[in-house]
Amino acid sequence: MPDPVLRLDGITKRFGSLVANDAVSLTLARGEILALLGENGAGKSTLVSILFGHYVADAGTIEAFGRPLPPGDPAAALAAGVGMVHQHSTLADNLSVLDNVMLGTEPLWRPMSKRREGRARLVATSKRFGLAVDPDARVARLSVGERQRVEILKALYRDARVLILDEPTAVLTPQESEALFATLRGLCADGLSIIFISHKLDEVLRVSDRVAVLRAGKLVATLPASGTAKSTLAEVMVGRPIPPPVAKPHARGDTVCVLDHVVVRGERAGERLDDVSLSLRSGEITAIAGVSGNGQAALVDVLCGVRAADAGTVKLAGRALAADPAAWVAAGTARIPEDRRDVGAIGALPVWENAISERYRKPFASAGIVRRAAARAFARKLCDRYDVRGAGIDAPAGALSGGNMQKLIVGRALSGGAARADQYLPTLVVASQPTWGLDAGALAWVHQQLLDTCARGAAVLLVSEDLDEILALADRIAVMHAGRLTPARAASSWTLADIGLAMAGEGARDAA
Amino acid sequence: MRLEARGALSPALAIAAPVAAIACTLVVAALFVAWAGAPVGRTYALIFEGGFGSRFAWSETLTRATPLMLTGLAATIAFRAHLYNIGAEGQLYAGALAAVAVGGLHGGAALDLPAPVLFAAMIAAATIAGAILMALPAFAKTRFGVDEVVTTLLLNFIVLLFVSMMLDGPMKDPTAMGWPQSVALDEAVELPKLVERTRVHAGLLVAIALCVLAWAAMRLTTFGFEVRAVGANARAARFAGVPVTRTLMLVAIASGAVAGLAGAIEVAGRTGYVTLDMSPGYGYTGIVIAMLAGLNPLGVIAAAVFVAGVLVGADSMSRAVAVPTYIADVIVAFALLAMLVAAAAVRYRVRWR
Amino acid sequence: MIDALAAMLVNADFWSAVLRIATPLIFGTLGVLLCERAGVLNLGIEGIMVAGAFTGWLAVHAGASLWVGVLVAAGTGAVFGLLHGILTVPLALSQHVSGLGITLFASSVASYAYRVSFPNVTTPPTIEPFGEMHALGIPVLDAQTPLTLIAIALVPLIAWILNRTPLGLAVRMVGENPAAAEGQGLDVVAVRVGAIVAGSALMGVGGAFLTLAAFNSFYFQMVNGRGWICVALVVFASWRPGKALLGAMLFAFFDAMQLRLQQADAGAVPYQAWLMLPYVLSIVALIAVARRASYPQALMKPYRKGER
Repeated sequence: MPDPVLRLDGITKRFGSLVANDAVSLTLARGEILALLGENGAGKSTLVSILFGHYVADAGTIEAFGRPLPPGDPAAALAAGVGMVHQHSTLADNLSVLDNVMLGTEPLWRPMSKRREGRARLVATSKRFGLAVDPDARVARLSVGERQRVEILKALYRDARVLILDEPTAVLTPQESEALFATLRGLCADGLSIIFISHKLDEVLRVSDRVAVLRAGKLVATLPASGTAKSTLAEVMVGRPIPPPVAKPHARGDTVCVLDHVVVRGERAGERLDDVSLSLRSGEITAIAGVSGNGQAALVDVLCGVRAADAGTVKLAGRALAADPAAWVAAGTARIPEDRRDVGAIGALPVWENAISERYRKPFASAGIVRRAAARAFARKLCDRYDVRGAGIDAPAGALSGGNMQKLIVGRALSGGAARADQYLPTLVVASQPTWGLDAGALAWVHQQLLDTCARGAAVLLVSEDLDEILALADRIAVMHAGRLTPARAASSWTLADIGLAMAGEGARDAA
Repeated sequence: MRLEARGALSPALAIAAPVAAIACTLVVAALFVAWAGAPVGRTYALIFEGGFGSRFAWSETLTRATPLMLTGLAATIAFRAHLYNIGAEGQLYAGALAAVAVGGLHGGAALDLPAPVLFAAMIAAATIAGAILMALPAFAKTRFGVDEVVTTLLLNFIVLLFVSMMLDGPMKDPTAMGWPQSVALDEAVELPKLVERTRVHAGLLVAIALCVLAWAAMRLTTFGFEVRAVGANARAARFAGVPVTRTLMLVAIASGAVAGLAGAIEVAGRTGYVTLDMSPGYGYTGIVIAMLAGLNPLGVIAAAVFVAGVLVGADSMSRAVAVPTYIADVIVAFALLAMLVAAAAVRYRVRWR
Repeated sequence: MIDALAAMLVNADFWSAVLRIATPLIFGTLGVLLCERAGVLNLGIEGIMVAGAFTGWLAVHAGASLWVGVLVAAGTGAVFGLLHGILTVPLALSQHVSGLGITLFASSVASYAYRVSFPNVTTPPTIEPFGEMHALGIPVLDAQTPLTLIAIALVPLIAWILNRTPLGLAVRMVGENPAAAEGQGLDVVAVRVGAIVAGSALMGVGGAFLTLAAFNSFYFQMVNGRGWICVALVVFASWRPGKALLGAMLFAFFDAMQLRLQQADAGAVPYQAWLMLPYVLSIVALIAVARRASYPQALMKPYRKGER
């Protein structure tokens, strides 16, 4: 290839005993879209973080446009023409778009910021690349898609010639993803080179020129996108056969949970429910598709007993329950929250206290005193049965890896405090983004647990941004947008395009 | 430079770090002593002797440690739940005033009750006074989102002014010849001395008992779990079903009550009446003790004795050597900062890249 | 009472007193504002004001000029600010505990140093403080010392820096979303620590005003909770310099008023009740604005570099 714009040579990075990147060498050509593919935990984000200067590699060198790039210095990377659109928001909500874009672009000691020139430049850049934004809008008001445009503009404003995007489609509807891909192709036509991180095989094949596959920190293959089959990529990405989850045939049962014209008046736009009605039946997986921030959090909070509905009724097993997590748990709700580190587990407390945290009064305490021996025995059995690996039940839960923490949370929810596996069946399972950030093995395990519990007779509500997951598991699908829910229809009656339109709030059939 | 969480907590480090912190403190304090022109070794020896070197020294130390154990416990209970009770000083004074109001002669409530009942009423009044003073900022926090640090701090000044107002007026001791002190406590409700001809009184036993009780409650009861969960991560605690607001209010009441009790015990055991200078900052020192103890109620006992020994020893030392008594405050304050760093060193490792 | 009130409001001396009382509050509140805009709570202010008051006064007592004394006080504040910055930013320790520790440490060091320097005095030695300026010809302002005018001038200056310069944008950004600042090539630690050092220097000057202008000597207990009031005033001011000035003036107004009314009232209400008024008002103000407070989003959240 003619002189590559980027050359990474032998990049190695360790975090404690974990080798995140192992002697990775890559090149990027001018005008090329290179996809960096791998399952969660393969080392993709670490690699680009090293490239951009957030981390310093333990070994290896980086060259940008023929010159060595000083390690650990984002300012140097930016000056060399490398820009990055991060996975999590790097925009300040309380400031304007222009503020966010101009940050760091002027010498710190300049007595007055040149805002007029900055605004003109932003508008020109925005027009040139077809990314419309309002420079004076407060970021808090922007939609997710608009925020992503601002992040891309931040890099283009600084004359980036290499653009790194870290899982950009995780928060987009299918239509928005298409728009993004069109934008990216336009950028390449203009001479930019792009590194695109993803774990979604379809997108990678559709948008990239080459695919570099990372597995457990090593670069295992670099393949051209055209001519490579999806199954080949899947095999290379995961490296070992992961049997797909098996759904046992079973009958659908009665309705166990009903939400009727539920309204939740949240403080922020993304925390509102606007006249939502839904019924969940035992033996059935109902999935809620939608981009995060459209009210899913409020729905999950109501069904987990954390928040009360401001209007409308919510009934579980025919009874209206108060907004008390303990009541919902006692009524048979198995809850798997979206945020395992900050909501599902209390990191500073030991594993055994986390194992009983939902049931610390009943049955694991009597007369106000915790039954330590019983609780610890239960925790040991739980970790055994659900294969939770760590430094023991007395180690702080925060030290568990993501996968093990999720196993603890799923195990705790599904076992219901009972000593034996077959003694308890939840009435309702509420699973919110249950496989976010998990590797393929853990992901398959969670899916199998959900399918098994459903087959035994539980009603399962699955809230997910991952359409692949929804299409693989759901019996019925409803789509959430701006606090409203479409009616739930059989999964087979939805096309991908339908779902995408509903996620964006358009579509032939609106909420009745 | 980055901080990385250590995977396993090494017990060796958990002991070495605080020891290193104390050692650093002594080195830094030695610099201050040298600055005053005094011989460092002799100064430290005198401090140690004055605090721990004789029966008398121990008695003084234990007397001083009694209120410190209680304010330290008050701070520990609150800080464990991430409720920053900086108002222990005011709560202590309020408790002392309430105690004298109920149990005092000549203008106290002069209630005609048998001694044990009067004693109980006095203690109840003190704990309620302290509890209310902490419950109000806690309520403002849970209901209005007002940070309790500033409100508890400002309340200290308000309470002290109120006490001053009472001492000038309704609760003034008519026999004190103009000196601003309160009516005296009825002798019948004073606390007995533990050791003859020393100032050590039964309040010490109450303080130790409460610390042990708090430790047991924190470890063994559901309420203790609730407090620790709320302090570690209130959002996750709520998810697990812990009643966060109720827990915070109960913690506030408990913390304020213990601080109020400290005031009552000081009056009933040591002074016999309330004056404006009866507490040389015990409320604030209690915070330092709580941090030194790692927010562990049992540790509070040891930390209170240590700090009391340093304070008493410095008093005695400064009579012999020309080093100001403030060296004790310097030592205690620096120890706090050093322990803060040590606590982090136990949990995190420094990565230069 | 009403007559006394009316007489007070038209009295130039009264308004001079208001400005005088407001000055240390303005410095202190601006100092806390800088720290909190950058995302760090600085509870060391009470101790830093004591230390600044002491070192500024000590320098002048040792023969330096008044302005050198002010610089020394600023430097003292900066040093303690640097300590707080190191503990809370790269080491990411509890901002509450570090701040309280610094208050205890700074004030005990100041008290110790005072006793070491003046072992046997009973009344604190005095210095020649800043004189009133009488140069401007404006009735109330020319009864002020230069430090007061500097305090007032600092308000628009800091507002300008925060809102119109790249440096101010950087400070605001590290207080809202440090990851965003890092992503734009800024050194979050340097900007945060820099803001804390600058803010603490202002706090030191606020303390020095007490010993070099308002009074002429150093007393224990002279700061008397003013630092904590500044922390409350910053919330009241919604972290904006203009409203900080307003808050400081309002507070000073009530403080000056209670002094005058106390004298007019002559004993009907105990003087302590009057003294309580400013603290009670601070608490009321805090509760009144708490609901609408729009915090800098990253305030009190420790920043761990590269953690994502």
